[in-house]
Amino acid sequence: MELGAPLDRVEGWDKVAGRARYSGEQRVAGVCHAVAVQAEIAHGEVLAVDATAARAVPGVIDVLAYGDAPALADTSDFELAVLQSPRVAYRGQIVAAVVAETLEIARHAQRLVRVTYDELGHDVELTPDHPGLYRPEKISPDDPPDTGEGEETPAEVSVDVTYETPAFHNNPMEPHATLAVWEGDHLTLYDSTQGAAAQRDALAALLGMPAERVRVVAHHVGGGFGSKGVPPRPNSVLAALCARRVGRPVKLAVTRQQMFSITGYRTPTFQRMRIGASKDGRIADIEHHVIEQTSTAREFAEQSGVVTRMMYAARARRTTHRLARLDVPVNSWMRAPGECPGMYALESAMDELAEACGIDPVELRIRNEPERDPDSGNPFSSRRLVECLRLGAERFGWSSRPEPGTRREGRHLVGMGVAAATYPAAARPAQALARVADDGSFTVSIAAADIGTGARTALTQIAADALGVPVARVRVEIGDSALPYGPLAGGSMGNASWGWAVLRACEGLRDGIARYGGAEPGLECRADTSGEIKNQEAYARHSFGAQFAEVRVDVDSGEIRVPRMLGVFAAGRVMNARLARSQFVGGMVMGLGMALTEESRMDREFGDYLNHDLAQYHVPVNADVLGIDAIWLDDPDPHANPLGGKGIGEIGIVGAAAAIGNAVHNATGHRFRRLPISPPSVIPHLP
Amino acid sequence: MERGETAVRAEIALRVNGEERRVVADTRTSLLDLLRERLGLTGSKKGCDHGQCGACTVLVDGRRVNACLALAVAHQGADVVTVEGLADGDEPHPLQRAFVENDAFQCGYCTPGQLCSAVGVLAEAARGWPSHVTADLAADGVELDEAEIRERMSGNICRCGAYPGIVAAIREAAGGGTAR
Repeated sequence: MELGAPLDRVEGWDKVAGRARYSGEQRVAGVCHAVAVQAEIAHGEVLAVDATAARAVPGVIDVLAYGDAPALADTSDFELAVLQSPRVAYRGQIVAAVVAETLEIARHAQRLVRVTYDELGHDVELTPDHPGLYRPEKISPDDPPDTGEGEETPAEVSVDVTYETPAFHNNPMEPHATLAVWEGDHLTLYDSTQGAAAQRDALAALLGMPAERVRVVAHHVGGGFGSKGVPPRPNSVLAALCARRVGRPVKLAVTRQQMFSITGYRTPTFQRMRIGASKDGRIADIEHHVIEQTSTAREFAEQSGVVTRMMYAARARRTTHRLARLDVPVNSWMRAPGECPGMYALESAMDELAEACGIDPVELRIRNEPERDPDSGNPFSSRRLVECLRLGAERFGWSSRPEPGTRREGRHLVGMGVAAATYPAAARPAQALARVADDGSFTVSIAAADIGTGARTALTQIAADALGVPVARVRVEIGDSALPYGPLAGGSMGNASWGWAVLRACEGLRDGIARYGGAEPGLECRADTSGEIKNQEAYARHSFGAQFAEVRVDVDSGEIRVPRMLGVFAAGRVMNARLARSQFVGGMVMGLGMALTEESRMDREFGDYLNHDLAQYHVPVNADVLGIDAIWLDDPDPHANPLGGKGIGEIGIVGAAAAIGNAVHNATGHRFRRLPISPPSVIPHLP
Repeated sequence: MERGETAVRAEIALRVNGEERRVVADTRTSLLDLLRERLGLTGSKKGCDHGQCGACTVLVDGRRVNACLALAVAHQGADVVTVEGLADGDEPHPLQRAFVENDAFQCGYCTPGQLCSAVGVLAEAARGWPSHVTADLAADGVELDEAEIRERMSGNICRCGAYPGIVAAIREAAGGGTAR
């Protein structure tokens, strides 16, 4: 059972037995508890923090606030300059913290902290014509905000529509938790993070310490979906400050409600799509204009328009990104930042174009396949979108798709939709160490993270395959910044990056064993892939996929159910079939929530997200998920990396909401251009 | 409580995973925090602390409850089973085995609650307790088909979206074969 085999998760038994320890669950003597106090205004300054009553509660150890909190060495990132200034940039910002002997005491005392403010009035609502819209210098991760090429020409068929998506919150099941332990001038953070090494480097810089004196440990992480990426979240900084102040280990767990303001979310968007085409569906001009928000505390420009730069052939192409800087919590990464909202708009507009041209939506996409990447001009390392579309259409029974608004089964209108998916396939430099252990087995070490992706298992398989030994003889150590450097779990780059380094380390060790004449304990090999990655050939590297959905719309209640979804992906070589399927399906489930139930509603009056818990922010539950399945092409990509894998953590969500939205149009005959497509918006358009 | 008032503490006696436990705790302590912070049983998870996600689900006197909504002091003498107590010695509970084999989780944070909830579901179905989707309310037992499992497990959120695996695992453990 090696590469590609459906091996059980190597930490699976620990997880089902309750033995897997997540951050804050380590046993440390003398631990105390911190609770954050959050700003109750969205914009202004803290005038005073009165902690008299809180401090009087027996068991309260200390209260930290601006003016008496330990100083940070680097305050350039306002979001992370916790308690370093009186300025309040958003409601929910951390303005104080209570440290106490127990959680119960800390929570009680937290409510007794009185904060007074000089309130300046806030601007928290993104509108498509917001007067403050500006062009950011660059969009995430490092791309131009605007692109344009070719001259617009009169088109035979045109679509000019605007799609609207609300804010979405990542909501991993494990709220961000930190256990901060100072020993002399060394800090250990047991922290919920997608990248122990990156977290260490960021914390060390903030605290003005050399990286060697900070260690970040995250053996098990209860999901992240981008919310536990870098830069760190302010709670990690606060935990370190509290522990420094009280001279004891401090545990700080963000509450679910607090997660809606301090651990990131996806920006709302307005996306105008203009597509001009010939009658036979060939795109002449395509435009994608994105309007999003960012926080005054830190700029984040989500790259929603990038998909239109590379997805389809066109003679003329224009993309723009404009932001409004608002008094809102800091938005950040959420699963497939950019591609996910961007493909919702592009793939919905493609469906509208197909209808306008009278062409099957699958066929329309096939007609607009580019020969090379329209953005860079480079060849695609591999691009098998057409095969995904064709295979999916066949498996899904696409040919039985009805004319819009014509299929009724009892109380339900039934329809089908399709959308394409894409996600970049990149790798970052990493280091790994492979070693023969004392008992003759093999240990492979890298500061990778398994946030539920199955990375630990896939890396074990990669190592066993490279060493030519059974997986049972390989132990992979991850989740600790003290291990050889690994980049964070993000951008679907984890396994490509870590796996590449693990492969090279294991290949080197195997050669070393051959030279030595046996697997002598202590033999080891270190690998660093930075040189290889720097010298990669110029290719456009992306995964592709096709999403199909069938919906049933209740004509009385407007409720939408999705009895079937099928994702077909070409995402490079799959390292573990069982775990890969879970990743694809999991992304599709999140896309289902995006399409139908998820929405963070801004409270104009108070300036924060109103529905800030899981009773009001509706992520899919078991009863929402019916027949969702994912299949994939055997697709090793030799130009991606030596393993041929492309990353599968994010592409499952891309296009899923568009496929569902297109299916709702097919069922009802009405085009809904705002997510989520919920009963109140559907009912007025039912027969 | 008013400012400065000392916490009220009480001795709480529970049977946890078959073991008698006595602990003096703040009466505001939830059963979940008692398990996690005082008894070192961190298998039960805190996903929302408001009874909205199910990650804290444990069995109290054989029935599933959200431990975050239960005050420990209100459960004097209760028999509590957490995920750490599901296995029979070294032999995993059939649901634990089925969860691993059906990849019924990814990050694993909701898993202990899913497992305890599933144990509760099997018992409820065996007793014939109907759910929202049960057709025959008078039947002696309930066959746990996919619709019944989905309905009964909808108090346990999995953000990784492992629901198809969870349903398959419970079907398997319920003796209904594979659900895929």
